[in-house]
Amino acid sequence: MKALVKGAGVAGLTLAFELASRGADVTVIEKRHRLAGSASWAAGGMLAPWCERESAEEAVVTLGRLALDWWETVLPGHVVRTGTLVVAPARDTSELDRFARRTTGFTAIGEEAIAALEPDLAGRFRRGLFFANEAHLDPRRALLALKDRLVGMGVRFEFGYGAVRVPETVDIEADCTGVEASVPGLRGVRGEMLLLHAPDVSLARPVRLLHPRFPVYVVPRADHLFMVGATMIESDANEPVTARSMMELLGAAYALHPAFGEAEIVEAGVGVRPAFADNLPRIGREANRISINGLYRHGFLLAPAMARQAADMIFNSQRELADAAHH
Amino acid sequence: MLELYGQTFSSRLLLGTALYPSPAIMADAIKAARSEIVTVSLRRETAGGKTGGQFWSLIQSIGVRVLPNTAGCHSVKEAVTTAQMAREVFATNWIKLEVIGNHDTLQPDVFGLVEAARILSEDGFEVFPYTTDDLVVAERLLEAGCKLLMPWCAPIGSARGPQNADALRSLRGHFPDVPLIVDAGIGRPSHAAAVMELGYDAVLLNTAVAKSGDPVAMAGAFAKAVKAGREAFLAGPLEPRDMAVPSTPVIGMAAFS
Repeated sequence: MKALVKGAGVAGLTLAFELASRGADVTVIEKRHRLAGSASWAAGGMLAPWCERESAEEAVVTLGRLALDWWETVLPGHVVRTGTLVVAPARDTSELDRFARRTTGFTAIGEEAIAALEPDLAGRFRRGLFFANEAHLDPRRALLALKDRLVGMGVRFEFGYGAVRVPETVDIEADCTGVEASVPGLRGVRGEMLLLHAPDVSLARPVRLLHPRFPVYVVPRADHLFMVGATMIESDANEPVTARSMMELLGAAYALHPAFGEAEIVEAGVGVRPAFADNLPRIGREANRISINGLYRHGFLLAPAMARQAADMIFNSQRELADAAHH
Repeated sequence: MLELYGQTFSSRLLLGTALYPSPAIMADAIKAARSEIVTVSLRRETAGGKTGGQFWSLIQSIGVRVLPNTAGCHSVKEAVTTAQMAREVFATNWIKLEVIGNHDTLQPDVFGLVEAARILSEDGFEVFPYTTDDLVVAERLLEAGCKLLMPWCAPIGSARGPQNADALRSLRGHFPDVPLIVDAGIGRPSHAAAVMELGYDAVLLNTAVAKSGDPVAMAGAFAKAVKAGREAFLAGPLEPRDMAVPSTPVIGMAAFS
């Protein structure tokens, strides 16, 4: 079976993997000239289904659970299983109570346990929630590694693919182009993020700082790089980070640890998340076309489950077609 | 019926459109609340792009009247510019005017508020000023051209409920014919019922519904509370007494021994 996957974000690459590993002949085309620049490129890379339940539907937990093992199996060594730490400044501890009421899978911890998990945060927060089963990965390293893995499996990539060239005849065409797809009811939710280099700060796991107005997360990457994110703005504007958003993100990072005040701002990035009205992903199907869209803020978390479902649908219907042809 | 700037509404519950888990839940909450007016923040929902595209068309599809606000504005100039942009984007001369004076408490800057209200009223806007419960400021806002007032009952998002019932009662007493809408500080349906029992014309809330465990169910609960409070006000609640008063007369009661 020949498959064409449009879009080399996390949805496209995970689908390409699921199709190729079932034996399909896959080509991935991408409008951009490289992997960088997609919404996935600006992602946090948290595999945190239990934390996300705070504002997401239960489906995000059930679908998201698969992601930890999927990424670890497909890209060994990329998944860091150190959990998530959720803290709140002393005056906002009611936010912590609210978060705890809406989630499961955590242990409520005190000052000593926080210090044991994250020595750099010792003495800064008296209460926290520890989600021990959660994990994270570096989304950019993961996307690059997944692409390499796919190339090794015989998947072809065409970057800078203009609309002019007509795709070759394929059995299935999959649209994974996110906000660029023309799907009814799809909207863009703008997210802004910062990449900080803070040599004085060490964190072992993503830390979420709750705040009634500016909740943020800080995800540690290699070499004292930290991803601070992310704003949620009902807009598909792809323009540069605004001063207001940068102040909010920096203010929150500084509240987490003052040493972030000395950090270098390595990057101020923007991504537009594709989302449907219920903020849940959907697989669309019409003849030999299929689409995965609406991953919203859960790209790395939900893409594996959606890719697997879509690949099952494609192969089941191919099998039915083959059966029908034999009879 | 609630009359605001010459338009009548049967619902006395106005809802904000921020902070919901998803636009779908927001839409269901607005329906459950039976709200006819929703506030929309220009700053966040429409920053560039295709002017909020889908989010905006979803709100339009619900068929409610939109009250744009100047949330997050800290100066007169900023608030006036935002109001003018909102008039273009949402095609309405209604504006919920917020001029924030303190970043932590989001307390209105009442001086800037009066000034901005005057400028906007003269420019043809119908201003819904978010103010404190201060009587003198209320008078100034009416002088500036506002035909209704939206006092807080506690800081925005604090969920504390009426902090100064006497001040709210005093406002109601001084302005019997001005529509008064409690905006900000409501946390629970009982808070909404309490201010409606004082004779307030409507309540505006957002966080109490959007951040509750079940926004749709909570919106329905608020709708009932607002209705109950209004009906209680119209029915004339009993004034508190210092002494117990038996509901059944004692004199003449048969004595059994």
